[in-house]
Amino acid sequence: MKTAEKTVKWTRHDLLDLDELSKEEIELILETAKSFKEVSTREVKKVPALRGKTVAMLFFEPSTRTRVSFELAAKRLSADTLNIAASSSSLTKGESILDTAKNIEAMNVDMIIVRHASSGIPKILADALDPSVINAGDGCRAHPTQALLDMFTIEDKLGRLQGVHIGIVGDILHSRVARSNIWGMTKLGAQVTLCGPATLMPQYIERMGVSVTHDLNFVIRNCDVLMALRLQNERQVEKFIPSIREYAKVFGINSQKLKQAKKDILIMHPGPTNRGVEVSAEVADGNNSVILDQVTNGIAVRMAVLYLLLGTKNTRK
Amino acid sequence: MAAHSVENTEWVFFASPFVFIRQNILRLRWGRGIAINNLMNNFSKIMDKEAIQRALFRIAHEILEKNKGMENLCLVGIRTRGVVLAERLRECIRQIENQTVPVGILDITLYRDDLTLIDTQPVIHETLIDFDITGKIIVLVDDVLFTGRTIRAALDALIDFGRPAGIQLAVLIDRGHRELPIRADHVGKNIPTSLNQNVKVKLQEIDNTADEVIVENGRENS
Repeated sequence: MKTAEKTVKWTRHDLLDLDELSKEEIELILETAKSFKEVSTREVKKVPALRGKTVAMLFFEPSTRTRVSFELAAKRLSADTLNIAASSSSLTKGESILDTAKNIEAMNVDMIIVRHASSGIPKILADALDPSVINAGDGCRAHPTQALLDMFTIEDKLGRLQGVHIGIVGDILHSRVARSNIWGMTKLGAQVTLCGPATLMPQYIERMGVSVTHDLNFVIRNCDVLMALRLQNERQVEKFIPSIREYAKVFGINSQKLKQAKKDILIMHPGPTNRGVEVSAEVADGNNSVILDQVTNGIAVRMAVLYLLLGTKNTRK
Repeated sequence: MAAHSVENTEWVFFASPFVFIRQNILRLRWGRGIAINNLMNNFSKIMDKEAIQRALFRIAHEILEKNKGMENLCLVGIRTRGVVLAERLRECIRQIENQTVPVGILDITLYRDDLTLIDTQPVIHETLIDFDITGKIIVLVDDVLFTGRTIRAALDALIDFGRPAGIQLAVLIDRGHRELPIRADHVGKNIPTSLNQNVKVKLQEIDNTADEVIVENGRENS
């Protein structure tokens, strides 16, 4: 970790996905996040590092965790935030995303955090605009800060990522969280196994350096970390499986199945959880669950990302 | 060697009427010693291991004297070398009073006033103050006091942790050139410097060399 600090300089202007980051850059973010975790435990949860910076949050898809987490992260760094929800903006009058974003840029904001149901929107904005762009989830493609906080949580709990066996279970096909996590975790030396129904498993996903199985019990027996993913009903997932009930029976994680797991297995979930489907209430609230730690760590990780992207005057030029 | 002989004359000062002359001669010689050294090596050693240790011991005594003991006393070291010096001061105080004082670690990076002006962001390290500072006497510890901007940032950072009864400042080196109205309460050594010089404090715990303080001359000048 010491060596990563010394050698890596952060030069990036945007955070679109983890595939473009080097191993050292990811380590730098995680290392920086460690220091920011302490800020949120103080009596005065605020440091003046980003005073005078403005962060605009453009959320075209519903979100609680990510939006609140980004907003708290920005506020705890003393940046100003503004929220633009698609439903109450001029987008409903037919203004294009790019026009909306350009208007926001014209008001001199320093950063735009964007979530959209279509893959690639953050990239389009990053190419067209001067402010930094952070991808807060685009379609089925990427959700880099979620992956970073997942990795941070694993490193925080287990002390390492190198050699850790991580199982990701569920709707891999629609999951941007899974994709970003695969990029990041494999770069940091973790061993990733995907598990889910064949209809929800993208073809050729093995080429990303992961193994694929359809046997949940095998994953439960062998993994140090088990991450459950939500069935993305908003992406018409019911067409891919016979029924929710059958899915829950075969791929839902419950305490009965967990009996064969390692004793200190970590149960993770990027949220929101559909209790009783991908994970039972008992397991989600159980001792092995770190689901709420993930949420806590999310603020520290996002503070680190905001600090690195906004902390200096690096511009696109 | 030269520094040693100057110290000897301090004692003679009270004993002999010739002391003014002797001291001046020795000062001259000492001063020239630095000048020659500068020409040859482009740096000069100001303090060695023993001198640093003596200075810290004196500062520890001063802190205890000023605060009439160690009640409510806490040390907070500013990363990175201030932390090492704070640990050493704690050891000095333990030797004197046979009790230990709490030591906190402060990273002032997020409070710097030039964060948006520099090109690459400095690495953030953890701040670790695991005691309540409200009502306590805090002694901030740093290696070199220069412009005073680090201390300004440290004061802001400390206030975010609570409301101490008082904050004092202990530094190993005061090299002058303040840009803010800040002064140290306890100083190991005052070193008059020019702006193009560089004062380096090396401590064995982190620098893997013997303790020393050196003054380097800047390249562009002299």
